[in-house]
Amino acid sequence: MDYPLLVGIFPQVLLDGIILGFMYALIALGYTMVYGVLEFINFAHSEIFIVGAFVGVEILLSLKGAGLLETLPWPLVLVLILVAGMAGSAALAVSVERIAYRPLRAAPRLIPLISAIGVSFFLQDLIRLVESVWRNAFNLVYPTMDVLNERFELTSTLDVSVKSLVVIVAALLMLWALHAIVNRTKVGTAIRAVAEDQAAASLMGINVNRIISLTFLIGGAMGGAAGVLFGVQYGLINPYSGFIPGLKAFTAAVLGGIGNIPGAMVGGIVLGLLEAFAASYLSLLTGGAFGAEYKDIFAFSVLILILIFRPKGLLGEVVRERA
Amino acid sequence: MSRYPVRLTAVLLAALALVALPAGSHLTAQGKGTIKIATQSPLSGGQAALGEGIKLGTQLAVEKFKGNLEKMGYKVELVPFDDQAKPDVGVANAKNIIADKDILVVIGHLNSGVAIPSSEVYKEVNLAMISPANTNPTITDRGYASVYRVCGRDDVQGVVGSEFAHATLKAKTAFVIHDKTTYGQGVAEFFKADAEKKGIKVLGFEGTEEKSNFDPIITPIKAKNPDLIYFGGIYEQAGPFFKQAREKGVKSKFLGPDGMDSSDLTKIGGKAVVGMHYTSVAGPVSVYPQAKQFAEDYKKKFGKNPEPFAAQAYDATAIAVKAIEATAKGGKAPTREAVTAAIRGVRHTGITGSVEFDAKGDPKKALYFVLQVVSDNPEKWGDNKEVKRLVIAAPSK
Repeated sequence: MDYPLLVGIFPQVLLDGIILGFMYALIALGYTMVYGVLEFINFAHSEIFIVGAFVGVEILLSLKGAGLLETLPWPLVLVLILVAGMAGSAALAVSVERIAYRPLRAAPRLIPLISAIGVSFFLQDLIRLVESVWRNAFNLVYPTMDVLNERFELTSTLDVSVKSLVVIVAALLMLWALHAIVNRTKVGTAIRAVAEDQAAASLMGINVNRIISLTFLIGGAMGGAAGVLFGVQYGLINPYSGFIPGLKAFTAAVLGGIGNIPGAMVGGIVLGLLEAFAASYLSLLTGGAFGAEYKDIFAFSVLILILIFRPKGLLGEVVRERA
Repeated sequence: MSRYPVRLTAVLLAALALVALPAGSHLTAQGKGTIKIATQSPLSGGQAALGEGIKLGTQLAVEKFKGNLEKMGYKVELVPFDDQAKPDVGVANAKNIIADKDILVVIGHLNSGVAIPSSEVYKEVNLAMISPANTNPTITDRGYASVYRVCGRDDVQGVVGSEFAHATLKAKTAFVIHDKTTYGQGVAEFFKADAEKKGIKVLGFEGTEEKSNFDPIITPIKAKNPDLIYFGGIYEQAGPFFKQAREKGVKSKFLGPDGMDSSDLTKIGGKAVVGMHYTSVAGPVSVYPQAKQFAEDYKKKFGKNPEPFAAQAYDATAIAVKAIEATAKGGKAPTREAVTAAIRGVRHTGITGSVEFDAKGDPKKALYFVLQVVSDNPEKWGDNKEVKRLVIAAPSK
């Protein structure tokens, strides 16, 4: 076995895993927050996530078409696409809740779940339809901004590109902002109150419907930000790109303890790291017998093990107490 | 039953009318019926660029060559199917195709992994499939009389690639990646086996279905720093991979099979793929002198340059029409069996060269190319430089 190689790539794989993990964490927040207040899984969240990426690429392409991409300062462009992606996804998430979930709120838990899966399929093909009519394209490529591809060589085996730094900084800011909103503001208190007991919260004068909409708004915005960062980092999106990351993020939410906001962050990072290490190291460690294609099997086997020993996830599930 | 005698009679009458109508129209119209030519290729999804090329190439050929059959009194129609590059969709379409008795031949597919199970269905009814693009050896090695292709094979193409890597690129080490499909993994294995024989050290052989995040695969490759990376797969996956690899500072040369051969590769990969080489069984239209008119007609009619395999589909269709004409001579209605058998006898000099089939359905001699990407402008894909051209006979087993 080639030990210098194994050790040499370690920091780079760690970095790759952390970036992927932050992406999962941002998406996982949407699942976990909705689960926290409504106790159901919003399977349409993977499409809400990718819509953010599409909003981002559409803005970049129109800026490029207008010749502004090179002239505008790049941080401004980044902030612009992030904010627009967040707004687009948040608006979509709120309307999905209003149209497809709220009428079913009194129904048994399985009913909105089916509705969510339906919305997911609907949105996938709606994006496909719109993009094929509008751009006659299936795969959309994020226009490259050269600044973002510049790399800093930290050591001979570790380098980091500007866009990776952007992803990490943006994700950290977003997670910090969410934490502050949920724990330090009145609105956050209201969200937590609704999560704990809807009936009691409404008796305390909290408008439950508005708080639920707000939960979707925040979760959608996080998903949209993740979508834009996903596009910037990996460069290519198509209408079905959201599905697998969405599924992984859902897994991350369960791994961290569903309904638990810090849990989603921890779960995302753990899953990202597991995946990156499995993909990079499996073939090196097994002499090619198991390759990168086993990364998901490895990551999910670990997930099963963790859930066997900690059935409520790493940080524990948060569900309301029933009397 | 007897409760609604009037309704029942009405329904029965209506049904009878429906059955009788087409039969009646046979008598009134002068025509002898309809001959349909089906295409199967991905018309939606990430590989639609190539799949649509196959459909449009066929369409052009049907319009150009249907004259004789129309004179004989047949209506000739094109029926395009979208296999979405998915085996299950291809097979479901195939079942619909064999149910339509007017379809006498299928031009398709793009993906070997779709063509193989679908052709099992065509074989049940002896329906001929002429493939413009499927290169996996299994396609014809099964020995089905109804399966033909007008292009080369991967057991040759993989070797053309490794020969080029060894002799021209002077690669000493290589890393091989594939997409885990019948086609991609197949050609990657042929490349690997022959590269090792030639003394190229293969540092790794990885399969992946990943479409967006190649980071964890690229990191070990970068550390191993191979002279060459070979991607056995299709452009929609290879494009982002090559792009991310260059962005991460991988300096290896890139090589791939004919799955790279679409202008979408540069659309996705941008500058990263400029200068890379790929082998192909279909050269750009510009290398075929007889295809000039075809390229002009195509551009005029559809407003874009022909994608690779459009010209092959055009030739495949011409062969199909010739075979149908041969069986329809003397006023007999052409049957699927007769057309399938007649194709073997067709000698066709088409726009991509002359085709004559061997006993397995492979062309007796096929062209192989090594091409180089010259520009990151997708419009200039057709200008890709021909580095090498080889005429190689199909291997006999």
